[in-house]
Amino acid sequence: MSDPHDLSTLIFGRLSLEAIPYHEPILIGTFIMVALGGLTLLALMTRYRVWGPFWRDWITSIDHKKIGIMYIVMGLIMLLRGFADALMMRAQQAMAFGDSAGFLPPHHYDQVFTAHGVIMIFFVAMPLVTGFMNYVVPLQIGARDVAFPFLNNFSFWMTASGGALVMASLFVGEFARTGWLAYPPLSGILASPDVGVDYYIWSLQIAGVGTSLSGINLIATIIKMRAPGMTMMKMPVFTWTALCTNVLIVAAFPILTAVLVLLSLDRYVGTNFFTNDLGGNAMMYVNLIWIWGHPEVYILVLPVFGIFSEVVSTFSSKRLFGYASMVYATVVITILSYLVWLHHFFTMGSGASVNSFFGITTMIISIPTGAKIFNWLFTMYRGRIRFELPMMWTVAFMITFVIGGMTGVLLAVPPADFVLHNSLFLIAHFHNVIIGGVVFGAFAGISYWFPKVFGFKLDPFWGKCSFWFWVIGFYFAFMPLYVLGLMGVTRRMSHFDDPSLQIWFVIAAFGAVLIALGIGSFLIQLLVSYLKREQLRDLTGDPWNARTLEWSTSSPPPDYNFAFTPLVHDNDAWHDMKQRGHQRPTSGFKAIHMPKNTAAGFVISVICAAFGFAMIWHMWLLAGLSFVAMLVAVIVHTFNYKRDFHIPADEVTRTEDARTKALAALA
Amino acid sequence: MSSSPTLAAGAEAPVFYDDGHHHPEQGTLLGFWLYLMSDCLIFAVLFGCYAVLGRSYAAGPSGADLFDLPLVAANTAMLLFSSITYGFAMLQMQAGRKNGVLLWLGITGLFGLAFLSLELYEFAHLIHEGAGPQRSAFLSSFFTLVGTHGLHVTFGIIWLVTLMVQVNRGGLILENKRRLVCLSMFWHFLDVVWIGVFTFVYLMGTLP
Repeated sequence: MSDPHDLSTLIFGRLSLEAIPYHEPILIGTFIMVALGGLTLLALMTRYRVWGPFWRDWITSIDHKKIGIMYIVMGLIMLLRGFADALMMRAQQAMAFGDSAGFLPPHHYDQVFTAHGVIMIFFVAMPLVTGFMNYVVPLQIGARDVAFPFLNNFSFWMTASGGALVMASLFVGEFARTGWLAYPPLSGILASPDVGVDYYIWSLQIAGVGTSLSGINLIATIIKMRAPGMTMMKMPVFTWTALCTNVLIVAAFPILTAVLVLLSLDRYVGTNFFTNDLGGNAMMYVNLIWIWGHPEVYILVLPVFGIFSEVVSTFSSKRLFGYASMVYATVVITILSYLVWLHHFFTMGSGASVNSFFGITTMIISIPTGAKIFNWLFTMYRGRIRFELPMMWTVAFMITFVIGGMTGVLLAVPPADFVLHNSLFLIAHFHNVIIGGVVFGAFAGISYWFPKVFGFKLDPFWGKCSFWFWVIGFYFAFMPLYVLGLMGVTRRMSHFDDPSLQIWFVIAAFGAVLIALGIGSFLIQLLVSYLKREQLRDLTGDPWNARTLEWSTSSPPPDYNFAFTPLVHDNDAWHDMKQRGHQRPTSGFKAIHMPKNTAAGFVISVICAAFGFAMIWHMWLLAGLSFVAMLVAVIVHTFNYKRDFHIPADEVTRTEDARTKALAALA
Repeated sequence: MSSSPTLAAGAEAPVFYDDGHHHPEQGTLLGFWLYLMSDCLIFAVLFGCYAVLGRSYAAGPSGADLFDLPLVAANTAMLLFSSITYGFAMLQMQAGRKNGVLLWLGITGLFGLAFLSLELYEFAHLIHEGAGPQRSAFLSSFFTLVGTHGLHVTFGIIWLVTLMVQVNRGGLILENKRRLVCLSMFWHFLDVVWIGVFTFVYLMGTLP
């Protein structure tokens, strides 16, 4: 036991200097840029002494608004990483024909497409929609925070820890080369003995815990914390979609957790769940991961349906057409999303009856979704439409998403799927719905709620640049993939032999460049808006003449959201209040009971990230210690009984008086 | 909690803000129920795997060859007794008797430990016989399902001990009562899962 080699294995596991990819110029370049950027950021933070406020006001904050902002910032940062992967793939596929091998060797290319998928779904789309739900839902239902504020902070940091592990795989070791769902036996220990799949497993496992807890949290919030008078059928549609999404999260993510545990056992313990011998069954993994994976699609898209609903009715200056049908459509989609998973692998060979069942359920989903599209159209019909940015994104969504939905129905036909399975047609389809739905919706949401969050609007010029680059870029980038898919080109190829295909890939690469310009314009938009914030300032708290309760408070809202809880009498509660001449209370403020900040969530998550890293590299000593540390940290946290405080009435009065003055100055 | 539909034009505006006395409902029990249901799904996956792989013996031993039903019966009894004693702890809590709560929680924890010890003995015995989780898909899914349940009991015991310390220090205050109710739900939930394990794995597994 005293052999120094054993000891170093116990401490470092299989981590050695070999794991640092110093022979890969692309990675070294990236690392230098990330390191320089990071050091500059740290230096600036030290220079302007923001460490203290950063710790007190953000890292340890249990304010749902700050956590929501952090989720969205994380989603946008990870978008840059995921999009860099996309650009590399588009460049590689546009170049690698015939004798040219392109610039990415297959070993690297396979990691790039895996990382792209994992990052875009788990660390871009999920944080974005969770961020919106966190920020907006409590405000829309007239609550002061979520049901479990500490858990909310913990959920965010768990998600961030998962993201940090994915990013670490870039510079220490490598990521999975298996595709974003890591099907065995390819992801099993025999075919993938290195750390890639372990990075995949632990980053998703840790982020997944955060997502599940945040799902439970938001359901409890929506069920228990609505303002008096807000019955279920008076909830804003975004809150409804958030409720359904979180039901899906709670009902789907445990399956992901379980199936990843089984894959881990196969890899770490040598069990035979998904192996080729000793009775294992790899298709069980594929079934289970899609029983999570299909609801996941709706987890992403339902909240943005909610965003579009808010945007359409606000910018058409009309009540949403068919509120009740919108709610029922959402609930029906929620239920149906559990009955379609097998359409992801019709080719498994489960027979005509099974395939027909899943083909038909899949087609049925297009009915409630179509109902939603019609509801939005009828809301616009004879409305006073203002084509501001959020509305532009919404219209682009309606056109693009319908195309994606129709190709989805094509793929739902099992015989057609046998031809199109694993082809670029599929890639075009799901990018069509995810970009056309989730990404456009995220941009609609950002431009819609930005003035609520920061008190000034986003600059419209750069927003429109971003919009047009994105939309046109999307069509250039993905319409060629439909064509290629119909010609039988399969996905995940790093090299092609047939030179006649090249032109389509070049067009797609051009589209990706346009999207890059769109992302660049968006970043410029943020910067320009910040610089012009005094011009773009909104003091009313309701810059769009909107309809739901989040617009009834100031922008940005005070810590306590509402000095007095609103009483709800109708759908579109804020519109109702404006219509019937509500008077904003200006006196008689009382102390407000609020939860206290805590570092526990951050600390536990950091230990958890260390645990994940140790498990990836087989550092058993660190893994054991960090696991015990995590347990101890949780137990210590439960001994903290003083979790709340009161914002004194004086302070509430001061805040509200300032708003009274600002509003009076406007009038 | 007034809820009037849209008023006729000209009618007096209703009250739009409460007077500062509104408090949202406590969500802990609902949240904990949701957690339990999500945990239940994890077990559902493991049961599903067992259902698919439970006869994939890979030319190795089957449940009928391996399971020692009297041992499992004793094990089951330990867990069921622990649920009853947890019920007694809750009765003591309602009566406001701190020491009674602590006593019954302690007994519950001991039953839990007895359950775990028997389970570990069974596992060690199986592995010793060459029927470890690596032997076949059947054994993989058996060890994972039963082991996950055992892991839950382990964490339940850690939680129980922590809560005993907290009840002892803080008394039967509202927070501690809430935690006792949550742990109670957790403990009974594990009991229910075990009844599934006992039935589907052990009883049906020993059928010819």
